Amino acid sequence: MSGTSERPGTGTGSDDGAPEPLLRVRGVRKAFGDNVVLDGIDLDVRPHQVIALIGASGSGKSTLLRTIDLLEEVDDGDIWLDGLDICDPRVDANAVRARMGMVFQSFNLFGHLRVLENVALAQRLVHGVARAEADERALAMLERVGLADKARSFPDELSGGQQQRVAIARALVSSPRLLLLDEVTSALDPELVGEVLDLLTELRAEGHTMLIATHEMAFARDVADEVCFLHHGRIHEQGPAAQVLTDPQQPRTREFLRRMLPR
Amino acid sequence: MSDMRERAGGYEPSARQRERDAIRRRAARRSTVTAFASTVVVTAVVVLAVVNTPGWPRVRKSFLDWDVAVASLPKVLEGLWLNVRVLVVAAVVIFFFALVLAICRTLRGPVFFPLRAAATAYVDLFRGLPLLLVLLVVGFGIPGLRIPWMTTSPVWLGGLAIVLTYSAYVAEVFRAGIESVHPSQVAAARSLGLSRAQATRHVVLPQAVRRVVPPLLNDLVALSKDSGLISILGAYDAIRAAQVVTSQHANFTPYIVAGFLFILLTIPLTRFTDAFARRSGWLGAQSGLAGGGALR
Ligand SMILES: Nc1ncnc2c1ncn2[C@@H]1O[C@H](COP(=O)(O)OP(=O)(O)OP(=O)(O)O)[C@@H](O)[C@H]1O
Ligand SMILES: [Mg+2]
Repeated sequence: MSGTSERPGTGTGSDDGAPEPLLRVRGVRKAFGDNVVLDGIDLDVRPHQVIALIGASGSGKSTLLRTIDLLEEVDDGDIWLDGLDICDPRVDANAVRARMGMVFQSFNLFGHLRVLENVALAQRLVHGVARAEADERALAMLERVGLADKARSFPDELSGGQQQRVAIARALVSSPRLLLLDEVTSALDPELVGEVLDLLTELRAEGHTMLIATHEMAFARDVADEVCFLHHGRIHEQGPAAQVLTDPQQPRTREFLRRMLPR
Repeated sequence: MSDMRERAGGYEPSARQRERDAIRRRAARRSTVTAFASTVVVTAVVVLAVVNTPGWPRVRKSFLDWDVAVASLPKVLEGLWLNVRVLVVAAVVIFFFALVLAICRTLRGPVFFPLRAAATAYVDLFRGLPLLLVLLVVGFGIPGLRIPWMTTSPVWLGGLAIVLTYSAYVAEVFRAGIESVHPSQVAAARSLGLSRAQATRHVVLPQAVRRVVPPLLNDLVALSKDSGLISILGAYDAIRAAQVVTSQHANFTPYIVAGFLFILLTIPLTRFTDAFARRSGWLGAQSGLAGGGALR
């Protein structure tokens, strides 16, 4: 794992023809006190792949996303991003986080900043982009998510769906290698879910690599290439979305899906 | 305010809505009249009660003498100018010192233990000490040390004592503000790649400071009054000036003049800062204050 590959484009080129994983998670453990939340997670995300994390509330989906984004420290195990061991304490964690985009369950837009400033902030502070240029990029990204007309508004003047689209724009503006999305629709009213899911579907078509924790099975089926079922801190089943969701192999997955999709 | 609502798109309100508006207008008018009447009655009762006390004529002469008031006004005003300057300088110093103290207290991790402990000890100490005591110790103790480069000016020493004490209070206000910013805001900032310091500087502090504007205003008003305490060190401020004129005329009216001027100072202070805060949207958007008043 010594080659810190920095290829911006596709990640193809390993010996067996399968694309090299963009993200490689091995044996990750994380406990809060006695509560073992992640109990040895193995996961690969290849470039342009969209993986949905499903599982009951408290199964550790958010914790996994947060440890990948280095917002939590792992207790054990390894995480590589682009071949770089990001759990190494000597690695610049801020630089690693800046290469990933994360969108949270509840909106954490910065309430004191206008929409445009929310999107431009990290460009200026982290990526050293001059203000005018940062604003320009932010505006272009807002245009991309269909909210250019809200650039001058404050976040709490927006609907929940609009806020979440701004949060996605904020995560996207730095061209992240990997997008981590944590139940981005679960705090939204049903009629607002659609606009966010539509946006994610478009992002997938553009080739963004995404790891998505979700309660929306229909969305997981439509957008994800693969589905990962998390239960008590372990991945019990992983496979093509359609197969896992319609024909789960593991009894636990079956039981979970029966409760999620009452028929 | 509801009857002042804009009717968007030139639409005509329904009969029911007009009726509701009329009811609200009537209720508003009625409560204005009630407030006015009760104010008049209460004031009249209090005034009559005081004026009819046996000692009133003497008190009136020694506390409310118009000629003495006019004679003392220039001196007291001059003294008040000192209070204003002390207020402004002290407020600025307190703001930044208290912010530093608050940040030190919220730092996490063993590296920052000494800073955190020092800030905590400082706040505990100066929040517990009466301002008067700090004033006396600083005002008379420091000159007693005879440090060559140290000022002996009662204004500076008095100002120092005020800064020492108030910073402890204001630091606690700031700390409450910092801790009221939800941790997810920090998580969002860090996930974008901002460092801990950048997240504090650009995300946490701006929101914390906005949130504590109302309690800070309160402290500012208290500060404007306590600036008068420097007179006990001999600084020639409004209270000291009033004291001097009082002894010249053997009449207490100058104190009333000084009190009146302090009130005149603090009222615009609060009104101005309120208006300023509202205009810059500080109390609006995210504080939860916006719109609250419109609820029944
Ligand atoms: N900072 C923390 N401190 C202590 N315990 C935590 C912390 N964060 C998460 N947990 C615990 O970790 C477990 C998993 O939480 P997590 O948020 O990862 O679940 P989740 O799968 O995202 O659930 P949901 O679907 O409800 O969002 C829970 O039992 C939770 O109480
Ligand atoms: Mg979660």
